[in-house]
Amino acid sequence: MTLKTLLSAAAALAITAGVGQAQTVGFSQIGSESGWRAAETTLTKQQAEERGIDLRFSDAQQRQENQIAAIRSFVAQGVDAILLAPVVATGWDSVLEEAKEAEIPVVLLDRQVDSPDDLYLTAVGSDLVHEGKVAGEWLANTVKGEDCRVVELQGTTGSSPAIDRKTGFEQGIEGHDNIEIVRSQTGDFTRAQGKEVMESFLQAENGGQDICALYAHNDDMAVGAIQAIKEAGLQPGEDILVVSIDAVPDIFKAMAAGEANATVELTPNMAGPAFDALEAYWKDGTVPPKFIQTDSKLYTPADDPQGEYESRKDLGY
Amino acid sequence: MRRSLTALAPQLITLAALVALVSVFFPGFVEIRLIDGRMVGPIIDILKRGAPVALLAIGMTLVIATRGIDLSVGTVMAICGAVAAWSIDKGLGLGGAVALAIAAGLVAGLWNGTLVAIIGIQPIVATLILMTAGRGIAQLITEGRILTFTHDGFSWFGSGTFLTVPVPAVIWVVTGITVALLMRRTALGLLVESIGINRRASALAGINATVLLIAVYMASGLCAALAGIITAADIRGADANNAGLWLELDAILAVVIGGNSLLGGRFSVAASLLGAMIIQTIDTGILLAGFPSEYNLVIKAALVLVILVLQSPRMAAEWTTWRAARREPKPAGRVQEDAQ
Repeated sequence: MTLKTLLSAAAALAITAGVGQAQTVGFSQIGSESGWRAAETTLTKQQAEERGIDLRFSDAQQRQENQIAAIRSFVAQGVDAILLAPVVATGWDSVLEEAKEAEIPVVLLDRQVDSPDDLYLTAVGSDLVHEGKVAGEWLANTVKGEDCRVVELQGTTGSSPAIDRKTGFEQGIEGHDNIEIVRSQTGDFTRAQGKEVMESFLQAENGGQDICALYAHNDDMAVGAIQAIKEAGLQPGEDILVVSIDAVPDIFKAMAAGEANATVELTPNMAGPAFDALEAYWKDGTVPPKFIQTDSKLYTPADDPQGEYESRKDLGY
Repeated sequence: MRRSLTALAPQLITLAALVALVSVFFPGFVEIRLIDGRMVGPIIDILKRGAPVALLAIGMTLVIATRGIDLSVGTVMAICGAVAAWSIDKGLGLGGAVALAIAAGLVAGLWNGTLVAIIGIQPIVATLILMTAGRGIAQLITEGRILTFTHDGFSWFGSGTFLTVPVPAVIWVVTGITVALLMRRTALGLLVESIGINRRASALAGINATVLLIAVYMASGLCAALAGIITAADIRGADANNAGLWLELDAILAVVIGGNSLLGGRFSVAASLLGAMIIQTIDTGILLAGFPSEYNLVIKAALVLVILVLQSPRMAAEWTTWRAARREPKPAGRVQEDAQ
């Protein structure tokens, strides 16, 4: 009894002491396989600095064992919370249990895990279907009632962003019979493939005269396709509307030049909502919902594309 | 001339058959129009889009003729593209970018050649090292981003035209003709073949096999550098993750479709180039035909399988037998052929 009182007193002391000082958060990042992920790392560090959080960063170089080792070392260091961007979905149960036993809240960033949801505090991520839907609704609102033949550049065949963004777009244009997806092919999420496939779309659709809009599952493919449209002697953004997803700096550059019409943001700022949830949890124990969905914000040329480009170009995209 | 056309007959027939097949699904396939002083049409697209694989196939043909293989070419493309984009970004200009990119390709080839010819590592392993490590090098150069640039002179290599023909097509055709002439108008081709058939024997016969082997890998690096320049110029940026990804396999396939043996020896650059065009016709044809993208690879695999089966020695033997039997329909002739 006395021991327990003593322990809880000690714990209370530790917590009060902790509130005064900077909180320590461990962040196990997957690696830097894409520009988007590099931007996520940069923004997480920025967010931590702004909030006065002491961030311990660990780059796992795409290996789960490195992430597990990082989490164990965060637990040993007694951090106040752990951010985890899991490289794969499975195999996290035991290490998450260790964190739970040490009473360290874990927040998942951007990807999900297959473990029971009581093993982590919350997950922050975007809804890929919703992103596609926002893009589809934008097109439906833009062309109004006019007939529109759309060509679609899909992501890597079978990948979840490709499937979900396709489904979402179809939901977005549902009920608008004037909009029809006439050609849909994979561009593998890359610029080069986006350009090559767009060239064949242009050939197949009467030199591009019959295409009213392009929907690309990511901005990189759209940037490649924009070049193909220009080389075919058409004006992207006017002769062919261009809508895509991700909001990387280069699409804002195209938008500023009037060559792209809309992009839906997949925000790399997953840490902001994560820290918000953690701060509320530290303060009075508020338990956030199990999934915090980030905004899928739509950007058009009206949103100062040049300014957006400038503010994003140094994030590491 | 006549003789070389006969030798290329299987590839030419395959290509014609494919063009006919795609035309069934996409009637305007062979149409070529002139828009703004440039030729436009699916066939032109194939000549242009096939440039990277065609260039890689030229180098790969020589390497394979020495009984080697170069798995690193796709990665070398990425490195050279990154070097070119970096040079433009640093303001070194057109000449500097092209020179540095080509130098990078030659250094990569020198590395591979040294590992194979001097240290004696098996080619597939020696070039695998650069294939894996090289993308890291390319990413270091681009700092993990897609390094974009704006430079009209450099972009010309990817999307410009020369006498109404797309520049990438001009580059591979000129490179192909130069290499073929160099190999066939001098003894070089013969020496390369002899190394492939028996390196020891050719060394004993006085051929400097070590230097020649290194030169062949450097030629392959040079071709990869040209392909890398075209790819980077095409998208006006260097994508270290994706440039040339898996293209080494397409290049090997092109060499094989061209009827060259992976065991080295006799080779034909022209046949490999036709092989590259066959692959690109399949790729472009699939895109134009408008099948769902899930079928792309299945259709490609099926077509490649049919082509390789039709070109196999067994089928060639059957064909000769059938022809002989038709010419003199005596059972004796047939038995004789079968006995061989």
